[in-house]
Amino acid sequence: MSPILIAEQVLNGLQSGVMLFLMAAGLTLIFGVMGLINLAHGSLYMVGAFAAAAVAAATGSFLLALAAAMAAAAGAGALVELVVIRRLYDRDHLDQVLATFALILIFSEGTRWLFGSFPLYLDIPDWLSGPVTLPGGIQYPLYRLALIGIGLSVAAGLWLLIAHTRIGIRIRAGENDREMIAALGVDISRLYTMIFALGAALAGLAGALVGSIQSVQVGMGEPVLILAFVVIVIGGIGSIRGALIGALLVGLTDTLGGVFLPELFKLIADPASATATGSALASMSIYILMAAVLVWRPTGLFGAAT
Amino acid sequence: MSRETLFNAAILALLVAVPGWALAAGEPFTITLATRAVIFALAAVGLNIALGLGGLVSLGHAVYFGIGGYAMGILAWHAQSHTPLIDGWLTLPGTKSMPVIWLVAIAASALAALLIGLLSLRTSGVYFIMITLAFGQMVYFFAISWPAYGGEDGLPIYVRNGFPGLNTLVPIQFYGICLALLCAVLALNAALARSPFGLALNAARQSPQRVECVGLDPVRLKLVALVISGAITGLAGALFADLNRFVSPVMFSWQMSGEIMVFIIIGGVGRLFGPVAGAGLYVLLEHLLGGVSEYWQIFLGGLLLIVVLFARGGLAGLIAGRRVAHD
Amino acid sequence: MTEPVLSTHGLHKAFGALAATQDVSIDLRPGEIHAVIGPNGAGKTTLIAQICGTLAPDRGEVRLLGRDVTRLPPAARARMGLARTFQISALAMEDTVLQNALLGALGKAGRPWQFFGAALGRADLRGRAEAALDRVGLWDVAAVRAAELSHGQRRQLEVAVALTLGPRAFVMDEPMAGLGAEGSHRLTALLDGLRAEAPILLVEHDMDAVFALADRISVLDGGRLIATGSVAEIRADKAVRAAYLGDAA
Repeated sequence: MSPILIAEQVLNGLQSGVMLFLMAAGLTLIFGVMGLINLAHGSLYMVGAFAAAAVAAATGSFLLALAAAMAAAAGAGALVELVVIRRLYDRDHLDQVLATFALILIFSEGTRWLFGSFPLYLDIPDWLSGPVTLPGGIQYPLYRLALIGIGLSVAAGLWLLIAHTRIGIRIRAGENDREMIAALGVDISRLYTMIFALGAALAGLAGALVGSIQSVQVGMGEPVLILAFVVIVIGGIGSIRGALIGALLVGLTDTLGGVFLPELFKLIADPASATATGSALASMSIYILMAAVLVWRPTGLFGAAT
Repeated sequence: MSRETLFNAAILALLVAVPGWALAAGEPFTITLATRAVIFALAAVGLNIALGLGGLVSLGHAVYFGIGGYAMGILAWHAQSHTPLIDGWLTLPGTKSMPVIWLVAIAASALAALLIGLLSLRTSGVYFIMITLAFGQMVYFFAISWPAYGGEDGLPIYVRNGFPGLNTLVPIQFYGICLALLCAVLALNAALARSPFGLALNAARQSPQRVECVGLDPVRLKLVALVISGAITGLAGALFADLNRFVSPVMFSWQMSGEIMVFIIIGGVGRLFGPVAGAGLYVLLEHLLGGVSEYWQIFLGGLLLIVVLFARGGLAGLIAGRRVAHD
Repeated sequence: MTEPVLSTHGLHKAFGALAATQDVSIDLRPGEIHAVIGPNGAGKTTLIAQICGTLAPDRGEVRLLGRDVTRLPPAARARMGLARTFQISALAMEDTVLQNALLGALGKAGRPWQFFGAALGRADLRGRAEAALDRVGLWDVAAVRAAELSHGQRRQLEVAVALTLGPRAFVMDEPMAGLGAEGSHRLTALLDGLRAEAPILLVEHDMDAVFALADRISVLDGGRLIATGSVAEIRADKAVRAAYLGDAA
């Protein structure tokens, strides 16, 4: 196994990690501020991907498609927040789980009704396709490199937003004390809608970006949602930093495990059964990572200790 | 007799009358539908022991449902292909006997619940929900990527397994087996709720610190509830596989976990017969609406949303009135 | 001097830069009511949490019946005979008064792994629970749900559950809080009679109750124990007057 292959796989892991971060950041923000567990976050990811595919097909512009993805997901998020989600803030987690599960059914079947069951394809634009040569002679797809760049920029942007802006101050205040912030005269329900829409826009962006590598289809969001949950359990609920570290850990473990575990087993068993055992174990590797974190630190790497 | 008792009696009567009518009218498909409803109800009664009594929002009960299914699939597959199940210092054959399969399904899913519970009960609240969902996904992916038992394609079983003294190929006889098991598990649930264990578990759900300061361990109470709960849902999984004569990783999917929970909610949380009413309503809707529209789950989603937002007692709450203190 | 039933030695707990408990050594002797008072934020609740085991101290030791229990979980301390009542009632609100008391009896019996047979039908548990309810005067509302009780009745039920444990020591966190004059009068009379059974560590804001009940008083301020003594000594203590009684009077 060459160093170049290893470097490529590390980059792949980073790329899937930063995309997971886009999902996990919204989820953890929404949980941290509003105390809501949102299963329908994967639906917003799907909405973004479908909006991007539709706009790209109509206009041919990738940038317009990305803008549409974020706008559609934010719009859907804001609408859902106004109609359903805000009735759930004071409810217990069971109600939140069930109502947002209901939203998944509605979103998924609604999308299937609008777009059909066949997957759509979102093409990578010419100016982002093809490989680039990195230092050390590594050939790597430009598009995936761009995803890493976008993901890290969003992380930096979120950090700036929360640490250094008026909205960020309100978000942090909302996390600590809802009554306090309401007493300060901030319209808390508008703040909540905004945060929800922001989280939705990030999910929509991720859906569109990943949709260009994979296919765009109904049900694409939930596996990513569950991975994002794993990220949050590892990183700690409510922590953006935890979401970033957790997402990178999960992305790297998943990618590297899938490649190297079968290779590892080939050292001790015949190739066929090594591939089978290795890939079966690799599919479990991130959950094993999660279990290890739970044993070591039940509230996650950056979660508040209780 | 309270309204809830009447409600329960009415549901039991329906469970006997509908297949009885179908048998007389020569409608075997209705019997199959009723069997499906009864098996779903069994799975949901299992979850309700964790959820209703213990307050554990387990979003990964498909794990136990699927393990039960694969216990049946693996044992029956070895029996039908005449290959030994284990072939080492000890040779164990597969089996086509339902009681043996049930015992294996119960033991295997109880063990899985114990392991998942030991990890997930280190946390609570929304962590618990996310972790149970994640472990469900883990087992799902494992089942897909493990090629020995069909991988993604699943395992077909050619002939339904047998039960001593009955012909399980006759739909109404298999239905009878499933209904008897459901009644037994409902009786177990009712006994648990009133027992000293149920008293402590119920208190652990409402106020863990209270339970601690009378000298009991709330986590251990919940762990035992989760194991009992998982074992029952595992038994339902074995029956479901036998109904379809097929198992596949779909039994492990997160949708399955969500659906088992939905049965409880549309029926009525914390009610003995809530899961039964909910599973029945679900199968009815699936059958009626599924015939009208390919996208029937939109309506299910809408119904679920209305129940959660506006009618929290579910069907049992609507019909039997608000919940009163037990005893 | 008799061996204390419950004691802490050099207990210390900090949250970040804030030291909530600093070097607190306090003891509870047989037959006494030992009141712990102090202004809000003095560290009373943190102290109780460490004594009962819901919070681990950074340093120091908690001893119960001569044994070091610093590392034991709350349930184990309860089984040894430490009974606690909560400032904010932590009852099973959906359950009846009798069921709440039965839970205490079940904890005392220590055998919750009984899956069959009605808990309400168990004569041994029931006898214990009913006796406790009778003592606090809740016998006539045994079938009422805890959620429907008045504030004062919930306090009484807290004490009743503690009684079912047949404890060796009580720790009570502001049992008088939110009670009217009549309610606190009745509870004061009840607690007065309990000290013969097991000593009470009483954290309380209601100074009338403290002066009526306490054999000894300890004063916490800013996480430190600034004085311990008889009621008369504490009334006369200058530091205490400055820190606490001064602004209360």
